[in-house]
Amino acid sequence: MASLLCTSARVALRSGASATSKAGAAGLTFARGKATLPDLSYDYGALEPSISGKIMELHHKNHHNTYVTNYNNAVEQLQEAQHKGDISAQIALKPAINFNGGGHLNHSLFWENLAPSSAGGGEPPSGALSQAINTTYGSLDEFKNKMNAALAGIQGSGWAWLVKDKQTGQIGIRTYANQDPVVGQYVPLLGIDAWEHAYYLQYQNRKAEYFKAIWDVINWKQVEKRFS
Amino acid sequence: MAAQFHTLPPLPYAYDALEPVISKQIMELHHQKHHQTYINNLNAALSAHASATQTNDVPTLISLQQKIRFNGGGHINHSLFWKNLTPPGTPGNDLAGAAPTLREAIVSRWGSEAAFTEAFNQTLLGLQGSGWGWLVSSGGARGRLEIVTTKDQDPVTGPDVPVFGVDMWEHAYYLQYLNNKAGYVQGIWKIINWAEAEKRFTAGVENPVKL
Repeated sequence: MASLLCTSARVALRSGASATSKAGAAGLTFARGKATLPDLSYDYGALEPSISGKIMELHHKNHHNTYVTNYNNAVEQLQEAQHKGDISAQIALKPAINFNGGGHLNHSLFWENLAPSSAGGGEPPSGALSQAINTTYGSLDEFKNKMNAALAGIQGSGWAWLVKDKQTGQIGIRTYANQDPVVGQYVPLLGIDAWEHAYYLQYQNRKAEYFKAIWDVINWKQVEKRFS
Repeated sequence: MAAQFHTLPPLPYAYDALEPVISKQIMELHHQKHHQTYINNLNAALSAHASATQTNDVPTLISLQQKIRFNGGGHINHSLFWKNLTPPGTPGNDLAGAAPTLREAIVSRWGSEAAFTEAFNQTLLGLQGSGWGWLVSSGGARGRLEIVTTKDQDPVTGPDVPVFGVDMWEHAYYLQYLNNKAGYVQGIWKIINWAEAEKRFTAGVENPVKL
């Protein structure tokens, strides 16, 4: 999806679009072809006690915003390289596009698949998604155990995702290193950030406690939407 | 053969000795919790490896490789890291005084101390995700100097010599510097143990986690 996004950005630039337009399923917004930091639909403190307000503020305003800035810079350089027909420069930019574009995608999806309990956070899924989870994992609790085990097993920085396989329609748990985004064969349904910056100020090295607490603020309504 | 287990090596200085560059709280967590966890998991993997060796269970042996790499690497890297740091203002932090041979090699390779520091900082800040930045002596002691990064807990392996390393996992700095990792990277130069680096550069490093 990173390449798809930069294509949208380029098209918007070429056509001189000045209005903000929606692009992609992640609800990423572009103003004049640039990726921008999306607003959260809840306050920074709204996910407490699962995630502290300070973590949310730093994570959104600083970390996510840095990915947005660096992604835009990389896209600008990519456009220059394309304009000049410089193939090696375009290839050299691939890691920066993947990392920063991935960081932008992942965090945009993450904020939306979280919600305060007052807005339904933690309420179990229903309908077809609930059925798929039960069929695949036996129960929601068993799914959570498997997801938490996947999160705990990440060596270094990364994410764990509940994904849907486009080929089979089946759901599964996959982990991704660093900011590698869920693209290609899989559709991202629910992502949990296992970078230390996502929990360290509150949980320090006790990451299992963070993985346990985050289920109280999962926005299953959003996950259902992505599933269907 | 009696089973031998790796244990946490004591720090060569107090937990608060690296302040203000690295806080006491970070050092305590980093040493007592993070480093200890790598050791625990390494011991468990080695013990499973020993059993699988006895029963010639090759699939299990192969499945243990990544655990050994990650946790053994974590043990090696942190053991090297603690020793290549020194409290600010100590003689070991004086590059010219404590590491004349290494200094000469650095200047001849990068042109100046400042150019080397700048290149090292840029490499550290360019890391995507968790990992380490190293000054490495290629091929053995007194080799060609290179700035390299290793991902997650991958260690620098022989014949290359890790002259010194900087931990770029967020747990190494986040409680104090938050997302300002450039602040951590700039500060680290005030606590590099050049005396230890000189020793490694001129004589190499023996197994840093020898039992």
